[in-house]
Amino acid sequence: MDLIANLALGFDVALSFENVLYCFFGVLLGTLIGVLPGLGPTATIAMLLPVTFTLPPVAALIMLAGIYYGSQYGGSTTAILVNLPGESASVVTAIDGYKMARMGRAGPALGIAAIGSFFAGCVATLVIGVFAPPLAELALKFGPAEYFSLMVLGLVAAVVLAHGPFVKALCMVVLGLLLGMVGTDVNSGVPRFNFGIPEIAENIDFVVIAMGLFGIAEIVVNLERTEHRDVSVAKVTRILPTKEDLKLAWPSIVRGTALGSVLGILPGGGSLLASFASYTMEKKLARPPKHFGEGDIRGVAAPESANNAGAQTSFIPLLTLGIPSNPVMALMIGAMILKGIVPGPMVMNERPELFWGMIASMWVGNLMLVILNLPLIGMWIKLLTVPYRALYPAILMFCCIGVYTLNNTEFNVYLMALFGLLGYVCAKLECEPAPLILGFILGPMMEEYLRRAMLLSRGDPMIFLEKPISAAMLAVAVLLMLSIALPAIRKKREEAFQE
Amino acid sequence: MKIKSPKDFWAGLMFIAFGLGFAFVAQNYEMGTAIRMGPGYFPTLLGGLLAVLGLVVLGQSLVVSDPEVPKFKLGPLAIVLVGICLFGFLVRSAGLIPAVLALIVVSSIAHSEFKWRDAALLAVGLAAFSVVVFHYGLGLPFKLYPGH
Repeated sequence: MDLIANLALGFDVALSFENVLYCFFGVLLGTLIGVLPGLGPTATIAMLLPVTFTLPPVAALIMLAGIYYGSQYGGSTTAILVNLPGESASVVTAIDGYKMARMGRAGPALGIAAIGSFFAGCVATLVIGVFAPPLAELALKFGPAEYFSLMVLGLVAAVVLAHGPFVKALCMVVLGLLLGMVGTDVNSGVPRFNFGIPEIAENIDFVVIAMGLFGIAEIVVNLERTEHRDVSVAKVTRILPTKEDLKLAWPSIVRGTALGSVLGILPGGGSLLASFASYTMEKKLARPPKHFGEGDIRGVAAPESANNAGAQTSFIPLLTLGIPSNPVMALMIGAMILKGIVPGPMVMNERPELFWGMIASMWVGNLMLVILNLPLIGMWIKLLTVPYRALYPAILMFCCIGVYTLNNTEFNVYLMALFGLLGYVCAKLECEPAPLILGFILGPMMEEYLRRAMLLSRGDPMIFLEKPISAAMLAVAVLLMLSIALPAIRKKREEAFQE
Repeated sequence: MKIKSPKDFWAGLMFIAFGLGFAFVAQNYEMGTAIRMGPGYFPTLLGGLLAVLGLVVLGQSLVVSDPEVPKFKLGPLAIVLVGICLFGFLVRSAGLIPAVLALIVVSSIAHSEFKWRDAALLAVGLAAFSVVVFHYGLGLPFKLYPGH
């Protein structure tokens, strides 16, 4: 079977001594930073990206994937132990997880999160192995019109499925697209919007934007909250869940994994949507329902499994279509481009060792999460007691050194400060920064595909409706937008996010 | 006409300004035709779109009620940004160690429980850490101190 041969190749790459080591360090570093309150995966990956600069491409991507899972698990740890979810995906974990911790059951909550994540990771790895090749095959048949429509759909879906006000999120997407235009136009070689600054003659580095919007802005917003943070960390005694816990939780793990795997593939999906949806589903299915929201282990097991499954299957659109479905994937694309790899359907054929090696390393990474986290819980808890006034200057330092080392220019440091300012203003005006990053990454690609499509059709925009696949994708995008405009559905969406 | 949602009002204005700004600057670049798009075509299109969407947000601010006024506190923001810019200014001219020291001490002032002694200790510790990790560990080409 192809799948087995491919996975064998992948494990060959992933299990080489160096790559296992990089995976290990990625998971360790990711968890280490992810545990710190207030730092989600996006900020974590942006911060740790420079660490991978000197590595060969396969190792760098394996390490980044490790950082991603690590940071996500770290975020859940913080959510469970101190009720400070580092990112929106672990918000729902905090509901029952923190209650469990208050009841003295922090250990089983952390344990079931690790076990659920591991199970989800195993399944999701297989899902990628099975579904990625046919999708890449299909994607090879895509022309520029299909790609353009796909990106439109991806951006619209990302905005619709994200939380927050819809039109403002759309604005952020378009602003991101525009920022993506800064730099040299690939077709004509004309430098655009750079105001004669040589450092951005080529383009703005996405790491600078990501760190400014997610790192700096977040810190400033946190600093404004004057109230004391309660860092009374719950005691962790036994980590392994009891037999009854497992018996109660396993159906939730399976359901969470299934839902998460599906939602992760959707553009705009990924871990956030997966964890919210699975929590809502469990709440409806739970028998008996009375303990839900008061420290029910199922309320931890399901979203954590879904979260991890979604995080992994969101690699499918990235690896097969070259389209990021969420900001984390946008960062991965950026990292791939830095390494000279053009993400898309060709990667699988041209660099099979990279493609399958990365997929196999996902499984290895998940195994490491379990091995690492169960014994190291004590250390993570210590980290949680670090006061914020010692933490944020350190984060600032990592951000500054990180962007400086991108090109060894101080200009990037100033630019990051500027994007920090923009991020702060956006946070105050309730504009989500995530869509901006997606737009920024997709901007140059969209322009290129639009140009090619219009050249092929001799300037007739109807080409996007005449090609069936393209028309279907645009129709879905319009339906999604309409769905949000209809008050009934809008209300439901708000309710879903309120929960 | 009354502004019912100040947040949306200002956000709308911001997006209109960005949209018009980009579209305006894009007029310096060749527009081309729909068949052969010049470097100015797509940015003009997007700038116009952003301005229109910004108008929608502005319009919403007159309809949707959300009376909370965004509060900008300039203190922490300014201190953190100054710290970052100091780092940028010092890292090449004076070296990594002075840049990190300046960044940590200055940005620490932004916290409500700022203490000179703690900030200085933290700065020294982190400077040592960054030299060991980034200079020796990762081998990144940093000048460490003036004259290094």
